[in-house]
This record gives sequence, C-alpha cells and structure tokens, in this order.
Amino acid sequence: MAKNDIKVALIGNPNTGKTSLFNQLTGLNQKVGNYPGVTVDKKEGVSKLSSTQNAIITDLPGTYSINPTSLDESIVLKTLLKKDIKESPDVILVVADVENLKRNLLLFSQIKDLEVPTVLAINMVDQMNRKGITIDLSLLKKELNTEVVLISARKNEGINEVKSAIIRCHVAAKASPLCGINHQIDPDYFDKLKEISPNYSLYELWLMVTQNNYPDTITKSEKEKLLAFKKDVSKLKKYQHKETIYRYQEINKILKKTYIVDKTKATDLRGKLDKIFTHKIFGYFFFVLLLFLIFQSVFDWATLPMDLIDNTFASLSNFARSNLDPGVLTDLLAEGIIPGIGGVIIFIPQIAILFLFIAILEETGYMSRVVFLMDKIMRRFGMNGKSVIPLISGTACAIPAIMATRTISSWKERLITILVTPFTTCSARLPVYAILISLIIPDTKILGFINLQGLVLLSLYALGFITAIIAAYILHKTLDIKTRSFFVVEMPNYKLPSFKNVFFEVVEKTKSFVLEAGKIILALSVVLWFLASNGPSAFDNVAQNIEKDPININLSSKELQQKIASVKLEKSYIGILGKTVEPVIKPLGYDWKIGIALITSLAAREVFVGTLATIYSVASDDENTATIKEKMQSEVNAVTGEKRFNFPVGMSLMIFYAFAMQCMATLAIVKRETKTWKWPLIQLFGMGLLAYVASFITYQILS
Amino acid sequence: MFSKIKILNTIASLLIGEIGYVSEESLESIPLKLLEMGCLPGAEVELVQIAPLKDPLYICVNGSHLAIRKETAAMIQILKS
Repeated sequence: MAKNDIKVALIGNPNTGKTSLFNQLTGLNQKVGNYPGVTVDKKEGVSKLSSTQNAIITDLPGTYSINPTSLDESIVLKTLLKKDIKESPDVILVVADVENLKRNLLLFSQIKDLEVPTVLAINMVDQMNRKGITIDLSLLKKELNTEVVLISARKNEGINEVKSAIIRCHVAAKASPLCGINHQIDPDYFDKLKEISPNYSLYELWLMVTQNNYPDTITKSEKEKLLAFKKDVSKLKKYQHKETIYRYQEINKILKKTYIVDKTKATDLRGKLDKIFTHKIFGYFFFVLLLFLIFQSVFDWATLPMDLIDNTFASLSNFARSNLDPGVLTDLLAEGIIPGIGGVIIFIPQIAILFLFIAILEETGYMSRVVFLMDKIMRRFGMNGKSVIPLISGTACAIPAIMATRTISSWKERLITILVTPFTTCSARLPVYAILISLIIPDTKILGFINLQGLVLLSLYALGFITAIIAAYILHKTLDIKTRSFFVVEMPNYKLPSFKNVFFEVVEKTKSFVLEAGKIILALSVVLWFLASNGPSAFDNVAQNIEKDPININLSSKELQQKIASVKLEKSYIGILGKTVEPVIKPLGYDWKIGIALITSLAAREVFVGTLATIYSVASDDENTATIKEKMQSEVNAVTGEKRFNFPVGMSLMIFYAFAMQCMATLAIVKRETKTWKWPLIQLFGMGLLAYVASFITYQILS
Repeated sequence: MFSKIKILNTIASLLIGEIGYVSEESLESIPLKLLEMGCLPGAEVELVQIAPLKDPLYICVNGSHLAIRKETAAMIQILKS
C-alpha cells in the first residue's frame, strides 16, 4: 500500500448492490484478511481512481444502521469509531438503493454525523423509469451537503463518476454533520456529553455511550465521564428512539423536495412471485424440489472433475517417486505432501458447485423467502430461519457453513447452529459411504425402480439432518443462555443474479475451505505419513525378514513389495496405535486395521479409504477403487472366519462416520468463532460418544 | 357519525392485505432495529403474507418489506381506520 493511497470504507444496507459496486471498483484485485482482534473476514481491494491515484477499498458487512445487532454489523461500528490514522478511513462511500432511498439515508445520516468525508452512490438507477422514480440530483447534493453519484453497478454505469467523486471529496477533506443529534431532545444532557472531549464529534461520543464501544485513543478520564452517562439505561433507549425519529423527519423533509415516486408506474412482480414462493403448500414443495435438484446436480457435475483430480495427483505422486532420488524427502513428497494436497483439492468441485447454487439463491432474493418459511420450524429447535443456510452449506463443508452463521444475531441460536452443523453429511463423508455401501448393500432395485444403494445413501443424508435437528432440540432445552432472540429479515426484490457477484462469492467460499481445511489436512497428512513410515526397532528389519522368509519365495516382486508395505505399517507407530485402541473398538466390530483408519480420519474423514488401501496393501500406484474394494471384500475376520466387512461392520462404520466429529479443521473454526475451546471440545467428545454408542448398538443388534 | 372511531390493534391482528398505521403510543415498545428500518409512528403498515405456520409475518412498512416474528408484531400498536 502506497502512502498516498486513499482509504475508502464501503458501507451500505444489505441488498443495495454494495458487493456489485465493490467488484466493479476493484475487479480481481481483492483479498480477504482478518480484522485485528475479531474473526470476521475483511475484504479489501485496490481501485485505480485516476492515473496517479489509487484507493484501498474495504468492503464492510451490510448493515441498516451503525447500531449493531450482530457480529457482522459490529465490525462497521468498530471500524468507523477508530481514530487510528493508519486504519480509519479517509473517505466513506455509502451505497444506497434508489427504491428504498429513505431507509438507506438513515444509515447515510448516521455516517455523515461522524464528520468524515462521505460520498453517496445511489445504485440501481436503471430501474428508476420502471419504478416511476425521479430525483433532483443537484438539489439532493445541496441538501445532503455531499457528493452524490447515480450509478448502476451491475451495468457498470457511473463507476468513473464514483471514482472522481472520491478524489474530490478527499481533496476537499471537509465534512460537516447532516442533522447531528437534535439538541431539542434534551439540551442539557447533550451539552454535557459534548463537553467531555473536543476530539470527537457529539455523535461519536453518543455512539460510544450507547454502544459501549470506545476507541483506543480515548483517555481514562474521558471514558469515566462517558460511563457515567450509561447509568440511566431507559433514558438512553428513549433518546436513541427519539434520535432515529428525528433523523427520519429530516430525511423526509429533504426527500419531499428531491425525490418523487409515481406509484402507478410500479409493476408488481414481487407480489406475484411471493404468492408462489411463500405459499403454504407450494412454497415448501418448491423448496424441497429445489434442494433435490441442487444435490442431484452437485453429484452429477462433480464426478468428472473429481476423477480427473484424483488421477492427476496419483500420477504426480508416481512421477515424483520415479523421477527423484529415492530417500526420505522423496517419500515425504510422494506419500505425504502430494496426496495431502490432493485430498484437499478433490473436494473443490463439489463445494464450488454447491456454493454456486447457494450464491444464486441469495442473489435472486429467494433465500430470504426460505428464511421466512423456515423460521417457525427452526425456532422450535432453538435455531433461527437463518440457520437453514448453514445447514444446507454443511452438506458441502462445515467450515464455510459455520462462518455463515454470523448473520444470526441471537447468540444462543447461533451457537446451536454452529454445534449441530457438523452432523450434516459433508463431502468428506461421501467417499467413505460410497465404498462401504458398495461392499455391503447389494446393487439391486426395489419395486423395480428404486436403487437400493442410492436409497441407503439418501437415508444417511436424512440421518445427518435429523440428528442435527434432534441435537439442536436437546441443546435448546439444556443450554442456559439468556439472549434476546430478535428477528427482522428484509425481503428484497427479486432480481436476476449477476454473474460477477456469483463468481466472486463462489471463489471466496471455496478459498476459505482450501485455506482453513487445507493447512490442517496437509499438516496432519504429513504427521500421519511420518507415523506410518517410522517405528520402533522391529520396524527397520521388516523388509529383510520378509525377503528371507522361505514362505515368500514364490511371490512375485510386486506381491513381495506389497507384503512388505503391509507388514511395515503394522510395525509402525501408527500400527502400534491401532493395536492399542483395538480393545476399545472391538465391541463395534472393528479390528486394529480399521482402528488405524479411524485415527487417520481425524485429519479428514475421506482419508479412511486411502488408509485402508495402504493397510490392505493395494499397490499404491494403482489407485483404483475397484481394487481397494476387492481387497476389502476378501479381508477375513481372523476370529470368525467370516468376511471382515460384512453387513453389521459396514453399517456400524457408516453410523460411526455419520456421527463422529472427525475433522480437525472444523474444530479449529468452531474455536475461532466461539472464542473458547469449550464448544469444540464438547462437540468432539459429545459427537464421539454418540458415534461410539450408536455404532455399538448397531453392531450388537445386527450381528 | 361513527366513521372517526378508531380501533386499537397490533400488527399481529391485521389480516392479509389489510393496512394500519403505527400508533404514536407504541414508540417505546418498537425495537430500535425495527424503528431504524422504517417502522415509525404514523407509518403505513400492510400485512403482505403470513408464513404457513402462522409465524413470522411478512409486512410492508414505510416502503420496507420485512419479515418479523409474531411476538414482535404483537408489541406494535396500530390504528385501523
């Protein structure tokens, strides 16, 4: 960042096209970082304002007011109250929707009172004719005493005007409040407040008091004086109400002179679509149908790229092994790092496709209708209509899903959603289910057309959702958290999704998965590789002993290598670990080999398949499922002489994977979002216990 | 003769498509967030739709289309003319 770059904070109501404007201003020059001290993502981008002037644009979360009610919104207040020269914005760019200008100007009036140079961009002006709206722009500029630009972010119109307005506004660097706080509310009270410090505007001091949020620059004695104002809470509340009404009165006065709506011209597409989408029968029917179509497409479209990725990484691994000098580093690369990265990349197609659909649903405005339809049902289980989005996202990956809970303002509802989301069947469970189903469920059709294997997979999805709901209900009844549950959701206008916005959203969500899960999966893969390829003294002699053993004399060299690999694993540290846990997992029908797979699954569930492939000495250069399947099929239980992966064991394993919290990356995210280890530990042990008991019962009943 | 009589009600008691006006008395009981979104005393409020399980309510107030829970709606007094 160059020294003379202008720092611009982009702020606006949700659904005003703020993201579109951000994307138009910055294009691909975006990066996501973290706000210092808080966990919410900070989206920043560089915009070239003129040939000599750049701006660093920060996209703040959408909000209706500076007074926050959710974690997302509190970021806005914290950023704006900062008096740190390095971080506080030089110019604030407020985006407003032309159709809801009155409500949008409330936020604008609050921002303006912070006395920071402000540009107002009125968006979606291409809709003005259709909605019968006329604006007197020059008068509006004068009345609002600020730069006002009419834009259409989606059509890329007015963007250059925004850029030059930012420069003008920055050069002028003068800012005055719009309406301030009406002294008439209580002159004495506000005079006293103003006297506390000359370094802040009256509105800033007022925000510190009402929001209990103080910038670092405030002195101790100033803070004490401010705290004294907090004593009379009911007075504060009353004055906040009066302030809001006063703001609206001022806004109405201005709009009366500058903004005319001819209601006869408005079309009623919203009403017609709402009648269908929120209908008491058809509304749910449509939602379920939509979900079904989405999942169908996710599976259909993801198969090909996933196979491609799988093969590519297998060949990469081989390439490394055959072209590098043999040694520990080559082994680490070929057996630890490359498969580790591959294990992350392989999920990208499924996750990206699912988030593509979710982004489209959000962009069109349909998601708000789902929230509306589901709120009452979800509330019975201690959640919120907004919890539906994380629960659907959870079928891709729990990490972005848990981050999506930030819009839920009630802490209890948000926490419950975070805690139960890992029960939904994420993409990492699929490879495990797929191979076990193919082993124990016959490939037949019931009633002639329902595929039995598909039905079992569907039931596992249903099991995940139902468990999530039941767990939520139990948490709802047992968690003693008193938070005011408050729910207001705007029902935005329906609109066609913008390709650019959807694209950026998918990239961002996928990136959060790759970065968050990726580093943990990769690190654990390397650790597990080490544990599997090293062991106590007996480990080193395995190859020699097997080669010398006369029993093995007739084996081909390939078979011999496989046998060595298999025995080596048994004698390795991880093999020892597997044997240690064997007594514990025996009642579930598992042996030490499955035990190893359970341990390695802690990195990510899908590692299960790969681990078993190694244990059953499938040649690692032949990553063919059919081969792994055949080996698993021929594996025999030494005690009973039966097949190891018989029906009871397979079922017990699937139940275990459905319930157990085997994902370090998710635990790390839950820790980050809840700011304590308490909740991830409760998840780990609670879900683990449930998995153990349920698998135990399954196995004991079936066998 | 009785045309000027107004009945005291809340948003929760509106029927679909019916219009009322937020009463001046309920100022204190309107949550700040809702106030900020345009639900001001004197504002016209229309009940657009009720969710299938009778809750939440989909209202249009002061040009804002919002979904609010019934318990919140029941706190906001309105006047029907």
